[in-house]
Amino acid sequence: MFDYSMAEIGNIVVMQAFSGLSLFSVLLLMALGLAVIFGQMGVINMAHGEFMAIGAYTTVFLSKVAETYGIVNYYFLFAIVIAFIIAFIIGYLVEFALIRHLYKRPLDTLLATWGLSLVMQQIFRSTFGAKEVSAVLPEWLMGSFQPTPDIDIPINGVFVLGLALVVTVGVYLFMFRSRWGLRVRATVQNRVMAGAVGINTKKVDRVTFALGCGIAGVAGAAFTTIASTGPTTGSLYIVDSFMVVVFGGAASIMGTIASAFGIAQAQSILQFFMTSSMGKVATLMVIVGILMMRPEGLFASKVRK
Amino acid sequence: MSNNTRRHFITKTGALMGALLAAGMISGSAFAADFPTAKVNTTKLAVTDTTVKVGILHSSTGTMAISETGSIQAEKLAIAQINAMGGVLGRKIEVIQEDGASDWPTFAEKSKKLLVNDKVATVFGCWTSASRKAVLPVFEKENGLLFYPTFYEGLEQSKNVFYTGQEATQQILAGLDWIAKEKKAKTFYLIGSDYIWPRTSMKIARKHIEQKLGGKVVGEEYIALGDTQFGSVINKIKLKKPDVIYAAVVGGSNVAWFKQLNAAGLNSKKQNMLTISVTEDEVLGIGGENLEGFYSAMKYFQSLKNPNNEKFVAEFKKMWGPKSVIGDVTQAAYLGPWLWKAAVERAGSFDVDKAAAALPGYELKAAPEGYVKVDPNHHLESKLRVGKWLANGQAEVVYESELIKPDPFPKGYQ
Repeated sequence: MFDYSMAEIGNIVVMQAFSGLSLFSVLLLMALGLAVIFGQMGVINMAHGEFMAIGAYTTVFLSKVAETYGIVNYYFLFAIVIAFIIAFIIGYLVEFALIRHLYKRPLDTLLATWGLSLVMQQIFRSTFGAKEVSAVLPEWLMGSFQPTPDIDIPINGVFVLGLALVVTVGVYLFMFRSRWGLRVRATVQNRVMAGAVGINTKKVDRVTFALGCGIAGVAGAAFTTIASTGPTTGSLYIVDSFMVVVFGGAASIMGTIASAFGIAQAQSILQFFMTSSMGKVATLMVIVGILMMRPEGLFASKVRK
Repeated sequence: MSNNTRRHFITKTGALMGALLAAGMISGSAFAADFPTAKVNTTKLAVTDTTVKVGILHSSTGTMAISETGSIQAEKLAIAQINAMGGVLGRKIEVIQEDGASDWPTFAEKSKKLLVNDKVATVFGCWTSASRKAVLPVFEKENGLLFYPTFYEGLEQSKNVFYTGQEATQQILAGLDWIAKEKKAKTFYLIGSDYIWPRTSMKIARKHIEQKLGGKVVGEEYIALGDTQFGSVINKIKLKKPDVIYAAVVGGSNVAWFKQLNAAGLNSKKQNMLTISVTEDEVLGIGGENLEGFYSAMKYFQSLKNPNNEKFVAEFKKMWGPKSVIGDVTQAAYLGPWLWKAAVERAGSFDVDKAAAALPGYELKAAPEGYVKVDPNHHLESKLRVGKWLANGQAEVVYESELIKPDPFPKGYQ
């Protein structure tokens, strides 16, 4: 490490710090939708990754449309909104057709949604083909921002970070500052009582599930800037998503944020000093260790059981 | 007999004779009569007087479908062309296609089904080394014949398998020599996905760099399959400033790797990279703009300029659509049926032992990649090319080696 000048080390520290933040934002975006569904409803949604793929495919499709009309520079923000809406609608239908029959058997939701994920993967494959596709990105999302000639901050990373913050604040406001959020929290705390005071708990469930799926769609759209999209893209994300949510403590949005931050920083730093795969192994060991001591995760929920 | 009737008679006879002649020329049955089934098939394979059954065993579902679809298409094209020419020993090829579903035990099970139940004369299939390793014991036990299309790590040779892609030394050594000379490269950073092919390849590359080229490996890194976060790795590369990144990253990671490299400012203007895992198929996902100026070492590129290849590309596109692209493995898969046809015809028999014994020494001059020759070790003697990627997703071939003999068990590299 000491063959390098102070300036070089300084530059790397800056870029490395950003790479940690960037990984944090990716993990956070992945996990937020799941935190809403798993944390608030207790539904183990194995098809979470496929809802991300819906968002990603929406973006890819819109990018092709934008390309034919020559408006590639403007479509991306619009694509994120459409990705949210489409994933929201499909989530709404899935809740209606499948999930609502399984609320009393939470472990069965695992099997049912896993089956759903396989079905969705095959639908993607039949519709969009087996090959991986990439969205055409607008000029302004490509390349890097250079405060000095030796520091490169990837612009897509900055964008994903910004988006993660916006979505997190949005979820926070929705859950803790709106009437809807109040109803969701009431249903989580005591379903029967919430029903008794006139909350339509079924409707609350449906909207909560759809919202989680919508957020997954946004995440999927954002990830087209860093990776490609294929029928099985979703399965790449599902393990990390669950890891973040479980480690953070299932029912807590704050826990999800803290856990995404902790995992991202640990992984990013360890991967720099060890090899990439060893860094990941070490991170997982730490998580397992902490979960053994705190099985409820970092932020234990104070839900009345 | 009036003139009129006589003319009628002649015309009629002529037509009849023409029809007979055509029947003899086109339909295989007359030709097949020279090779009676009892004689060309002594091992109870699925060969009749007019047909022969072969298997295609690739993943058309699951993660690997992305890569294996091209191979299936190429094999079907070659078989259709062979059938149009009259088949093999006068018998039309009938395909039984099985799906390995990207799952290695499934590959083993389906290969057993093809060999034991269907009694196919040969199988074209497998893509990953893991799937090949899974079916290998089945092929050896049931004495089947497999044509395997992918470039791979070597360290294998079986009397039941022909390897139509390159083994590691063919793909690695000439490419490293070229970039060391062309870019005056001294320091190398090795990066690959974490499984057998990249690890074996990097082992060979490291030995070659350190012992033959007098260069230095400043970093060696393996990424978990499917990982899409390269921030820390890219920073390490920036700190080490290697002359060349030598990469074998595969699958979904590949796309993320190139996108993030570009986003971090490491494009071909600032950094040389030679990869052994990017073909035209991968470029579809990665996007030509993210690859522009980087190099790939392969034996085949779609842009190769020779009459065989131009014909092959045109017919591939005619069969599978104008947008299809052809990568290295797709071309290697296309060679499989042609080599099998040659093997059977040289042996005058469909029997696996006889066909396999007859193939070494065969020269296939009509291959899209140009001339190839089957070596006694069941691999192909072929050339290595280095392609420079263009924004449109095609490569410009900037270097072509001499013919390289396959050496699956390289001495001094293990």
